[in-house]
Amino acid sequence: MSNKNLKDYWKRNLLYLVILLSIWFLCSYGAGIIWKDSLDSVRFGGFKLGFWFAQQGAMYIFCILIFVYVWLMNKLDKEYDVHED
Amino acid sequence: MDVKMWTYLIVGLTFALYIGIAIWSRAGSTKEFYVAGGGVSPLANGMATAADWMSAASFISMAGIISFAGYDGAVYLMGWTGGYVLLALLLAPYLRKFGKFTVPDFIGDRYYSNTARTVAVICALIVSFTYVAGQMRGVGLVFSRFLEISIESGVVVGMVIVFFYSVLGGMKGITYTQVAQYCVLIFAYMVPAIFISLALTGNAFPQIGFGSTLNDGSGVYLLDKLDGLNQELGFAAYTDGTKSMIDVFAITFALMVGTAGLPHVIVRFFTVPKVKDARQSAGYALLFIAILYTTAPAVAAFARTNMINTVSNKEYATMPEWFKKWETTKLIKFEDKNADGKIQYLKDKETNELTVDNDIMVLANPEIAGLPNWVIALVAAGGLAAALSTAAGLLLVISTSISHDLIKKQLNPNISEKNELMWARVAAGLAIVIAGYFGINPPGFVAAVVALAFGLAAASFFPAIILGIFSKRMNMQGAVAGMIVGITLMIFYMLKFKFGLFDGGKDAVAGLAKSWWFGISPEGFGTVAMLANFAVAWAVSFMTPPPPAHVQQIVEDIRIPRGAGEAHAH
Repeated sequence: MSNKNLKDYWKRNLLYLVILLSIWFLCSYGAGIIWKDSLDSVRFGGFKLGFWFAQQGAMYIFCILIFVYVWLMNKLDKEYDVHED
Repeated sequence: MDVKMWTYLIVGLTFALYIGIAIWSRAGSTKEFYVAGGGVSPLANGMATAADWMSAASFISMAGIISFAGYDGAVYLMGWTGGYVLLALLLAPYLRKFGKFTVPDFIGDRYYSNTARTVAVICALIVSFTYVAGQMRGVGLVFSRFLEISIESGVVVGMVIVFFYSVLGGMKGITYTQVAQYCVLIFAYMVPAIFISLALTGNAFPQIGFGSTLNDGSGVYLLDKLDGLNQELGFAAYTDGTKSMIDVFAITFALMVGTAGLPHVIVRFFTVPKVKDARQSAGYALLFIAILYTTAPAVAAFARTNMINTVSNKEYATMPEWFKKWETTKLIKFEDKNADGKIQYLKDKETNELTVDNDIMVLANPEIAGLPNWVIALVAAGGLAAALSTAAGLLLVISTSISHDLIKKQLNPNISEKNELMWARVAAGLAIVIAGYFGINPPGFVAAVVALAFGLAAASFFPAIILGIFSKRMNMQGAVAGMIVGITLMIFYMLKFKFGLFDGGKDAVAGLAKSWWFGISPEGFGTVAMLANFAVAWAVSFMTPPPPAHVQQIVEDIRIPRGAGEAHAH
């Protein structure tokens, strides 16, 4: 594999990381902590929304984020021909 | 059958299972001992990681802490799950590609120095011992309450069991035992949670149940009811909490980063065959962890509602049996200050008559809710599974640090494989004895001690590993300086504000809260110490020469999944 390809591969990887980690930050530190009080005025069944993000929602989103990352990276590995087997 | 008989039966059966697995999967080589031969499937590894990860603190203490802290408990929920996102995206795949046995291995090779390796070994030992102490206390707690033997004998029984399967089986034995322990602990956690959720709200899913209306026909939402109960007694509303925003932020961050930096968690990702598996296995691990972690806040809310309803303003003489039993362990204390024979449970310290230890909420929950005896016994077995699986994982890190990182890599590089394996077993044995000592002379709350281990991991390893992967320019001088500054700062802050060492001991701790730096508690200080580590590492690395070419090549190499030989054939 050429150096240029390697650089591109790494850049795409970093781009995925930035996007996914932004979502990670927004749903936990954002919705669950920083904007918790204002989101709490919205109700979601018996939950106040900010409280729900902090004690439930953030964790569901974390799970989804990892599996999205796995899917994206498996595709990227194939595209740049750096996958194993 | 009574609770005690059921507990002997269920705990006995699960222990027999763990020992059976240990004998079936005992390790023959150092590779099997350290990383289970590198052939564990991602799903099994995910499950083992979940059990390894979920300690006595997660199982026994967490719901109790949330129960008392309300919204503030979210720091543990988000902190101990969000770290897996960092682990999966920033660490696990690259460390798997690097393909050695331990975290100090990575630090030592990436920073081309035995000084860096030694600093990493010391950090790993400090973190692991801090953490393992909490586990042994959890084991003692369960034994003393449910088998009605002394905490000391309980700890000794636990030590013998862990000794047996970790010393014999190494990583291979531990991995497959942890898979079994995950199944035991998650079953033990979910059964009472589902029962109680059905009883209180009529919803079988605790995660949805705690946002539903109460089953008593009032049509009031459970959380609204709980907010009301809390406020009536003078506490903050359950869904609000009392910590400052910056502290909540800092604690959550320290726990997340600490999770990603814990050596016993990272090493689990060396056991899968491929880079692809390391990523996937982090996903499975979080999924299995999230089953318990999304249930815990529901258990917390149910337990608090049940407890207030059972004790508040009720006659002491009419208290159920569990209340008296926990009183004998001194984890529930009642003092009838106004001599009216009733229990006043209030925020105000002057008039409050009841203190309930965090650690008993999960263990006592099935009894408070009046569930059948076998469920109560099951919870005891689950608590033990959680504590033992984590203790075993930590002991392995301790023994590997000594036999591999210290003896093999530094003191005696020519040591034979057989002797290295023997040293690993001796070190594991010694570590168990020391851990047992901490279990019998426990250093305070399980979760409080464990939380500090995260601060230490965040302050030492995380920056060194991240910079080692994402910056080719980071050199030995920077990484070593960063780790030393980070862990020293964290230890200093912990001694000063958690143990009051410089201001007259434990009694001074409460008064010192006013002088916390930036208003951040010792639990959250790992975030600050981590930033200091990053800053020092950057500054020092720019004043000193860049790493040699072969090290920069290592960095290039771990960034792509395919095996080194093939990937570089242009």
